[in-house]
Amino acid sequence: MSQTLAMTVNGRATTVTFDDPDMPLLYALRNQLGLSGPHFGCGLGQCGACTVHLDGEAARSCVTPVSAVEGRAIVTLEGLGTPASPHRLQQAFIAEQAVQCGYCANGMIMQSAALLVRTPRPTEDQVREELANNICRCGTHPRVVAAVMRAAAQG
Amino acid sequence: MNAIHMDRRSWLNAGGALIVGFAAGLPRPASAWTEKPVAADEVASFLAIDPEGKVTVFVGKVDLGTGIRTGFMQIAAEELDVPLARVGVVEGDTALTPDQGPTYGSLSIQVAGVALRAASATARRELLTRAAGRLGAPVAALRVEEGVVIGPSGRVSYGELVRAGGLEMKVDTAAPIKAPGARRVVGQAVPRVDIPDKVFGRPVYVHDVRREGMLHGRPIRPPQMGATAEAVDEASIAHIPGIVRVVHQGAFVGVVAEDEWSAVRAARELKVRWSAWEALPDQAKIWEHVRATPVAQTQVTQERGDAAAGLAGAPKRLSATYDFAIHTHGSMGPSCAVAEFKDGRLTTWSASQATHNLRKQLALMLAIPAEAVRCIYVEGAGCYGRNGHEDAAADAAMLAKAVGRPVRVQWMRADEHGWDPKGPPHLVDLRAGLDASGSILGWESEAFIPKGAGGNVDLTAAELAGAPRESLLSPGNIVHNLALPYALPAVKTTCRRLETTPFRPSWIRTPGRMQNTFANEAFLDECAAEAKVDPIDYRLRLLPPDEARGREVLERVARLANWQKRPSPQRDISGEWVTGRGVTYCKYELVRTYVAGVAEVSVNRNSGEIRVTRFFCAHDCGQIINPDGVRSQVEGNIIHTLSRTLFEEITFDRGAVTSLDWGSYRVIAFPEVPRIEIELIDRPAEVPWGAGEPSAAIVPSAVSNAVFDATGVRLRSVPFLPAKFRAAAQSS
Repeated sequence: MSQTLAMTVNGRATTVTFDDPDMPLLYALRNQLGLSGPHFGCGLGQCGACTVHLDGEAARSCVTPVSAVEGRAIVTLEGLGTPASPHRLQQAFIAEQAVQCGYCANGMIMQSAALLVRTPRPTEDQVREELANNICRCGTHPRVVAAVMRAAAQG
Repeated sequence: MNAIHMDRRSWLNAGGALIVGFAAGLPRPASAWTEKPVAADEVASFLAIDPEGKVTVFVGKVDLGTGIRTGFMQIAAEELDVPLARVGVVEGDTALTPDQGPTYGSLSIQVAGVALRAASATARRELLTRAAGRLGAPVAALRVEEGVVIGPSGRVSYGELVRAGGLEMKVDTAAPIKAPGARRVVGQAVPRVDIPDKVFGRPVYVHDVRREGMLHGRPIRPPQMGATAEAVDEASIAHIPGIVRVVHQGAFVGVVAEDEWSAVRAARELKVRWSAWEALPDQAKIWEHVRATPVAQTQVTQERGDAAAGLAGAPKRLSATYDFAIHTHGSMGPSCAVAEFKDGRLTTWSASQATHNLRKQLALMLAIPAEAVRCIYVEGAGCYGRNGHEDAAADAAMLAKAVGRPVRVQWMRADEHGWDPKGPPHLVDLRAGLDASGSILGWESEAFIPKGAGGNVDLTAAELAGAPRESLLSPGNIVHNLALPYALPAVKTTCRRLETTPFRPSWIRTPGRMQNTFANEAFLDECAAEAKVDPIDYRLRLLPPDEARGREVLERVARLANWQKRPSPQRDISGEWVTGRGVTYCKYELVRTYVAGVAEVSVNRNSGEIRVTRFFCAHDCGQIINPDGVRSQVEGNIIHTLSRTLFEEITFDRGAVTSLDWGSYRVIAFPEVPRIEIELIDRPAEVPWGAGEPSAAIVPSAVSNAVFDATGVRLRSVPFLPAKFRAAAQSS
């Protein structure tokens, strides 16, 4: 029953196994690959907490079937940057203290990172529109926008 | 800060083993599962200093994403004069931390922070006394730098001083604390210690806890809330690999699987025959239902003069009813917990804000002694009150007991929206009598709110399984702030405490205080408009003469918002979009934090769409431990409450909640968040008060008052949906 497929995760070739081809990618990332950056928020693609990059585009891993990512390149928050080599958004989120509970921060950073590739110098309104489908319940929105603007200015 | 992060991770993995190491050799009472002193009057309950001079703080209050962990570190580092990076924090572990009550009510710094400060000050005095003996110098000749006591002719470190003996002594609340001018760490905007791990995706959440041999569980809730499971067809999930067990007890049904996705599938596909249950009220008639609910207790929360006579004799009388919808906590992460039975004892890891209470509740549910239960807090998604964390722990415990292996339970989104305890419906009637000049002669109000206080909210698993539980109604302390912070000649405020409420209630950020402040401050605005007096002037005139701090927040917010004095509504109500501003004042629970806020809105008079464009807040919580932490809490209060005010409302049919996702339970989105300007007033010589709730209280009425100012239409029902504006505009 179990199937295996190959993909690249954070720059490393890897394989995951699954019984159900509809299993969302998120479960493979968290439970098989031990990645804790992407979070389960809604399982419906509505909140953004599970966001990863799929071939460079922001994607909701909670509604992306694992069978749809064969051979593709996935980057998670862990692969975006590390304490030793942080992404400028990660630095900016620390500098702006743009986190409360932080459960949404993965999605905020991954979604914004994809934006900055497409639009290196966004306006504040463009940042807000980009993040319109990322939910935060703690109310960090102004700091998140400030962090993305800070990162953009340093890009 | 690396040491702290290392410790925190080790602790996460080892379940406290690292910390226990510090405390080895201490007496372990036979009556309870504790690994070190936890009594609330012992220094060692709050502090451990190891031979290397590392300080560990133990607190019963937990961070919940608010940043108080960093605040606690600042307090200990300040009083002990040790570097911040040498302080670690253990929160909410029943075996390690004192029971300081649930983390609610904006009390963590005010209560637990002050307790920690006293313990730290006591420890410092003791360490200095020991150092004086060691160094042969009077205490007055000693100073402390980075955990080293320095005398005229020698030095000795805290680490060396504790090798001779621990800190087993009573907390002396009179031990001298640092004078305001001598503080180096407290009062500074120290960066939060938890943020780096969070932006690098490190495993810091309860969702990330993994135990050896752990299985994955999911509860299957009744489709109608009071239904029971008459039959469970296990064959319906036989095709799913890795199913370990189906658990069925009364209305409690759960599945356990080797693999998380198998558990999710099994929970979706398991065929259960449920009984029918349709006992919820008709949502369209919710307020009639509330009014018809039997009253268990009548509670007068303020009475001065003869309010009835003041009303009866007044030439002008106003009356209005304000209501506030049922809300979910709506945490970003669904509730999650891991439970493990080992050697006859149960350990749970959860994001419970009340692990000491959870321990007793789990013991009651499972009919085991509380001494055999240890509940460990691990950070979760922000919860804003008692949400589903405790219930997930109960689910995990039920399933772990059935299978004899550790079980991790993570709810699905629909479980969270459907089954977390709800902020109950809140209804307030108000009446005021005014004289010819618009001054208030008498004020009466009645709030229709469920009975109960901030006790334990029953565990869902216990309710569904018919297991022992307390069966209390615990909506939180929801009576406060119906009493007014103003010097009215005659006032009577009354709470009708209802026997029941449609959904299992609990507290959500600023419970009751928000709803009561909404009613009071919007109705007061009605009085000001009737009097044709500027709303800020009207409030200033009503403040008691000795209320200088209240006066200051109102005057400061007026300057901050560039408030133009005039009565509401504004004169030119024409065109499709109109703008206005509204004010609100709150003295939290009438005994602490002072807040004033101004909302600026833009309202579409045709569609009823309300855009809050700017929000200003002046905030006085006494001494500030971390100004950026307070600012962050105030921002969060304003945005979270704008979301609640403008959009949030659960929907339900006669059997269950129907708003089960973020599409049907709409919350604020980035483009809708206003510009926020905050002025913090720091009073280093005063006691620190809470900041996690008070500024939420001012939001709904500030927006309602701004909408009235813009349009002349008074909104008295939260949330302020466009359709409600249109209806109110038609009737006014």
